[in-house]
Amino acid sequence: MSEISDSVDAGAPKTLMWRSTLRKITTSTVMTSFLAIVVALLIGAFLIAAADGDVQRTAGYLLTRPGDFFAALGDSVGSAYASLFRGAVFNYSASNPGDFFVPLTKTIAYSVPLIFAGLALGMGFRAGLFNIGAQGQIILGATLCGYIGFTWHLPAGIHLIACLIGAFVGGGLWGFIPGFLKAKTGANEVIVTIMLNSVALYLLGWLLTLDSFRNPDSYLPVSPRMLPTAWFPHFFSTAIDLGFVLALLAAVGVWWLMERSTLGFRIRAVGDNPDAARAAGMNVSMSYVWVMVIGGGLAGLAATSQLLSSVSQQLNGNIASTFGFDAITVALLGRSKPFGIVLAGLLFGGLRAGGYIMQASTGTPIDIILVLQSIIVLLIAAPPLIKAIFRLPDPERRTKKLAKAHARLEEKAAKESVEEVTL
Amino acid sequence: MSSTVIEHELDHELPSEVFLPRSWKMPIALSIFTLVAALGFGLSLSNTAVSRVAIVTGNHWMGTLNFILPSLTTIIVLTVIMAAMAGIAWWASANRIVKIGRVRIAFWIGVIFGTVFVLAFLLWAVADRGHALQFTSLLSGALFLSVPLIFGAMSGTVCERVGVINVAIEGQLLFGAFLAAIVGSMTQNPWLGLLAAPIAGALVGALLALFAVRYWVDNIIVGVVLNVLVGGLTSYLFSTVLVRNTDVFSIAVKLPTWRIPILCEIPVIGPILFAQNALVYIMYAVVIILQILIFKSKWGLRLRACGEHPRAADTVGIKVNRTRILNTILGGAIAGLGGAYFTVAAGLAFGKHMTAGRGFIALAAMILGGWKPKGALMAALLFGFADNLQNSLGVIGVEVPSQFMLMAPYLVTIFAVAGLVGRVRPPAMEGKPYKG
Repeated sequence: MSEISDSVDAGAPKTLMWRSTLRKITTSTVMTSFLAIVVALLIGAFLIAAADGDVQRTAGYLLTRPGDFFAALGDSVGSAYASLFRGAVFNYSASNPGDFFVPLTKTIAYSVPLIFAGLALGMGFRAGLFNIGAQGQIILGATLCGYIGFTWHLPAGIHLIACLIGAFVGGGLWGFIPGFLKAKTGANEVIVTIMLNSVALYLLGWLLTLDSFRNPDSYLPVSPRMLPTAWFPHFFSTAIDLGFVLALLAAVGVWWLMERSTLGFRIRAVGDNPDAARAAGMNVSMSYVWVMVIGGGLAGLAATSQLLSSVSQQLNGNIASTFGFDAITVALLGRSKPFGIVLAGLLFGGLRAGGYIMQASTGTPIDIILVLQSIIVLLIAAPPLIKAIFRLPDPERRTKKLAKAHARLEEKAAKESVEEVTL
Repeated sequence: MSSTVIEHELDHELPSEVFLPRSWKMPIALSIFTLVAALGFGLSLSNTAVSRVAIVTGNHWMGTLNFILPSLTTIIVLTVIMAAMAGIAWWASANRIVKIGRVRIAFWIGVIFGTVFVLAFLLWAVADRGHALQFTSLLSGALFLSVPLIFGAMSGTVCERVGVINVAIEGQLLFGAFLAAIVGSMTQNPWLGLLAAPIAGALVGALLALFAVRYWVDNIIVGVVLNVLVGGLTSYLFSTVLVRNTDVFSIAVKLPTWRIPILCEIPVIGPILFAQNALVYIMYAVVIILQILIFKSKWGLRLRACGEHPRAADTVGIKVNRTRILNTILGGAIAGLGGAYFTVAAGLAFGKHMTAGRGFIALAAMILGGWKPKGALMAALLFGFADNLQNSLGVIGVEVPSQFMLMAPYLVTIFAVAGLVGRVRPPAMEGKPYKG
């Protein structure tokens, strides 16, 4: 919707050029995204303040001493968001100058699964497929990757590659099912992927009760730890590991696939208009299967950052966390383009990294991050709403208004001509 | 959901020289299941095995009936019934018979076969165990577990019939549960909690309608994001406000159980259907009212018109987007009411993510039920039964991995959507914004 160019101003005189430029900036997608983030942070601030004890107490005598109220308000919101920033970007209160940018490395580490899964869903969106199944694909990727990781004994490096292949195959397999069913029977991929998410969760739950998967030293249903030969190498002893590099490579790979390869062209054509693609001789069914298999594989790779990195390293029921659903928001915020998805993944990774610090230092639960994320995505998905909030010009509404005005004029002219005839 | 293969039900008479294609799916499937029952259940039992079944009739004179059945003989009899059903299916397929009179053969064969198969499985599972199969509590528990699924499926039916895909059922249930618990706890009155639940659901429904109808955002995106939003918001408020003031917000209140005077004396059925709390009785009413109104009333006709062919509806003067918005809010309220099940009906305080994916099972039930209240009710009851069976078998100590029982509803839905079990067809224009 937002892609509609401001054709109304195409023939505007040069004196109005600055207005058209201004409009272009304010109606651009970057501006919408930025304003959506601002609104989300404001709503988040309201929630933080509303749940704060001091704010509630001072609100009781707001009219007599408003200063107290606003001080408490600023204090609660300020300290929460400051710790969010401190946990995600720059730790200004670190004692050691070398630790200033530790939060940024954490942000990058948290962004890796989001980028992988976001790329997977973004590919599907561009093919017109709603792959809600990243959650299940991550779980299956984790299952295969994990099994290879803790049972096979291979030399370092080769073991890592085997694990990566396992993750890709596991996720790809779980993506193949809805793709194949869609191609063969027309089964709706949204329903199938939602159902497969739950199936995957129970399948993993069952596998973790088996002796071949279960860690004999633990009472909990968890697998043994990954063997060190399968771990990602870390860079300069920071939280950043090979996973981030692979995620960036995957982003470049997806960009090449979608923008430069024949398959990608076919996928985009199918996404834009399946009937036209079919009429042009493209195999629509096979495109669906390919998108789901490659997407599923990418989602499966999201599991590697949980297993082969320093976060969890053992298979458990919560291995996919909420990455599959977060990835939907990442893909939407990134507008299904690889570069956008990397940025969106970094933003949400930062919110997660900062959220943990915020929870630890100010007691604001990390759940508020979910609220921020969902508000951002809702607002971005509805550009006219954000424009209405900030009273920005809306090109679409403008065109509509003009069209209405034209229609009114024409109607008037028609009426007049009718009147002339009758006279 | 629009791209699902559209297969119209052939209700009208066909000329005699036109033949329907033969479908062998059903007889083959039934034969396989009969074999499974014969080999799997029959062969693994000894001659002397007995299965105990206890049926609480809830009636003064009959009391509790205890049966001790010879397992092998009973299962052989049941297997013969299954084989007969499979035989009828083969005969019907070979002769292209779909209906006898107004009765759809496939449906009834499926129902009878399924019931008998489950019965055989249960008798096999409890054979030679100390515990008896508690038949009544198995069914009444199944009914209670399916309450949120039924409300959710009804909500989905209303929304999708009007043309808005409601993936936010999960969020509506959760928010309903949340507000019901808070209001119930603050006022110490479960009835006010029950009253608050639909308001919460309607709020989520209103957000869905705002974005899906007013701003043309993809329905599935809005639904998924609303689920995340409600999950995050309720968890946030739980960890801050609720945890700090447990004495105000987290007092569990419970709706009383009402025994309907005469009806609850009916043997077996009485204690299952008519010794429940008010929410369950409301559920009966909602299902019956929706089933009648959707297909027989002016409101229902308009509703379906907006989902099937909004332009035609607009042409005859129905305000499509207004109808869609109002009914999406109504659907949200129905799901929100179902959310009360988790808190005031079950007598629990609110807990994080306590709906645990029930909204998605409700979605599955709606699809399996063919977007009809009656069908959705059946499917939801089936899922509730599978859920409760898993609990009951755990009590008896049967070694069936519970994960597979829990997986079953989802797998059945996938088969249904892929056209392997029955045929399902969504409203033609659901999820498509009407831009007038």
